[in-house]
Amino acid sequence: MSGSPIYHALDASKCIGCTHCMKSCPTEAIRVVNGLAVIDYDRCVYCGQCHRVCPTNAFYVVQDDLAMIHSFKYRVILFPSIMIGQFPEKYSEDQIYDGLKKVGFTHVYEVEQPLQVLIDSVNEVLMDPETPKPAISVYCPAIVRIIQARYPDLTGNIILRKAPHNLAAHFAIERLMKEGARREEIGLFYATPCIAKIAAVKSPVGETESIVDGIVNMNQLYNEVMKVISDKNVPDYSAERQNLSCEGITWSLTRGESCHFGSRGIAIDGIHNAVRFLERVENEQVQGFDFIEMRACDQGCASGILLSGNRFMTVERLERRAKQYPAAKDIQPEVIKVNTADLKEKLVLEPILPKPHFIFGKERVKAMEKMTRAQRIVCFLPGIDCGACGAPNCHALAEDMVNNKAKMSDCIFMQQQWESEGRIAPAKAFLNVQKKWGTDRFKADCNKRGKRNEGF
Amino acid sequence: MKLTFDIQGGDFTHAGFPSSEVKKVLKQLNIDGKTIKRIVIALYEAEVNVVAHAWKGVINVEIDENKITSVLEDEGPGIPDIDLAMQAGYSTASKKVRDMGFGAGMGLPNMKKNTDELVIESEVGVGTKVKMVNYF
Repeated sequence: MSGSPIYHALDASKCIGCTHCMKSCPTEAIRVVNGLAVIDYDRCVYCGQCHRVCPTNAFYVVQDDLAMIHSFKYRVILFPSIMIGQFPEKYSEDQIYDGLKKVGFTHVYEVEQPLQVLIDSVNEVLMDPETPKPAISVYCPAIVRIIQARYPDLTGNIILRKAPHNLAAHFAIERLMKEGARREEIGLFYATPCIAKIAAVKSPVGETESIVDGIVNMNQLYNEVMKVISDKNVPDYSAERQNLSCEGITWSLTRGESCHFGSRGIAIDGIHNAVRFLERVENEQVQGFDFIEMRACDQGCASGILLSGNRFMTVERLERRAKQYPAAKDIQPEVIKVNTADLKEKLVLEPILPKPHFIFGKERVKAMEKMTRAQRIVCFLPGIDCGACGAPNCHALAEDMVNNKAKMSDCIFMQQQWESEGRIAPAKAFLNVQKKWGTDRFKADCNKRGKRNEGF
Repeated sequence: MKLTFDIQGGDFTHAGFPSSEVKKVLKQLNIDGKTIKRIVIALYEAEVNVVAHAWKGVINVEIDENKITSVLEDEGPGIPDIDLAMQAGYSTASKKVRDMGFGAGMGLPNMKKNTDELVIESEVGVGTKVKMVNYF
């Protein structure tokens, strides 16, 4: 059994075993067994790609109950600026803030403030000649995890500075405690745009313990706010945004970080693009860049899987909004009202360690034997990566076979061949396929994709 | 285990594929990152030499329990003076090749630096055979 924590799962009643998720998973963490997708959590990096491609929304997020907020006297909602971009244009920032208060939060903080502290801190890391280049941003937790698993030698390139949600959490605590709150009375809740951030908050990498008390699914929060939001006059909450800068608002978007750092920064978005690029970085084919921003989602967090708005429209709204805010460096220190030196110290992360995932096991001689066998098996497979065996491609099936997780007869091409050679009875071959895909797979079903009432 | 790759002379666009594949295998075998880096650099340099100078070639990589042996054999012009070619900065690469960012005369010295054993045999007008060994 897997000991890895579970932050997302599959609703078996919705899954149709269509292989979309399995084929697009960047770590080949999904197999189809008995007609249902199964996630190997030891391999999963929580990028959310499976949620994105699932035609039946069968994946769901394991999340905290919103009711938990009421066990705290001070209830702080920390949310990234992209959430503002989700709401219809007719709602003002104050109306959205007001809605969040009506939902039950006492304090509302957008996480990307006070950003200059973080910018300065990252710049110090980049200036340090000891920092391996190109330095890679720690911002996207899915990227951090994929580096640990697949590019362990690049973990040293990750910039050891926490993400904005930690900055905002420390900032919120300092401010509230200055106003007289006791630490245990403060509940911090993070509205997340994706499962990677849930994993980052619940089991952080490079931190001993997460500072946040709970996670709120941004989609759910959006629905809650939409129930109570008012389009009338609401109080002026601009004081709660006085540390928000134009850089902060666009921070989570593609190029939001890279345009501020280094003499040459580059931005990569999309998990498959990131994987290809990391391959180049590892091969030392990326020369001359000192900063890499890398996010698992295209358009950055604007296409987080727990968002409802159109990502391009979200980007446009945020870019427009950013123009109305001052530059981070122009925000006066007295406005911040907390000791920025303290805050800076708290942003430092512990080293991020490699966590290589060995498909053939850690022991070299055995791994070599297995690899050689897998290579030999691949020679016999059709090489069209059809996925009908329940593995994402022929290579993965061969790996599964040497790890005793699959059989040659899982390949429908092999079965056909054996049938034609009279080595297996057709009835037995049919049973094999039923085993893999479930007995219902061969029944007529008008709820399939392209069904009635659904255009092609 | 054995890996075999063909190299096409002049095909710079696809140079790097063999070293990348070898790297993937070595990573899976839990070989130390620094050793992998040396092997990959040496193999890449050797491959680029074939691409830049020869007509075609083949790479045979054999991975054993404690070492990796890469043998590159090409059909090409051969190296008239191997000692001279081993000197840093010495290059016979054409302007076209240099314009693409290759042929700085560092290939053989880099291979020497990053391998535990390097044997070069060459016959002018026939081809060159390079054998590189790295121990884990």
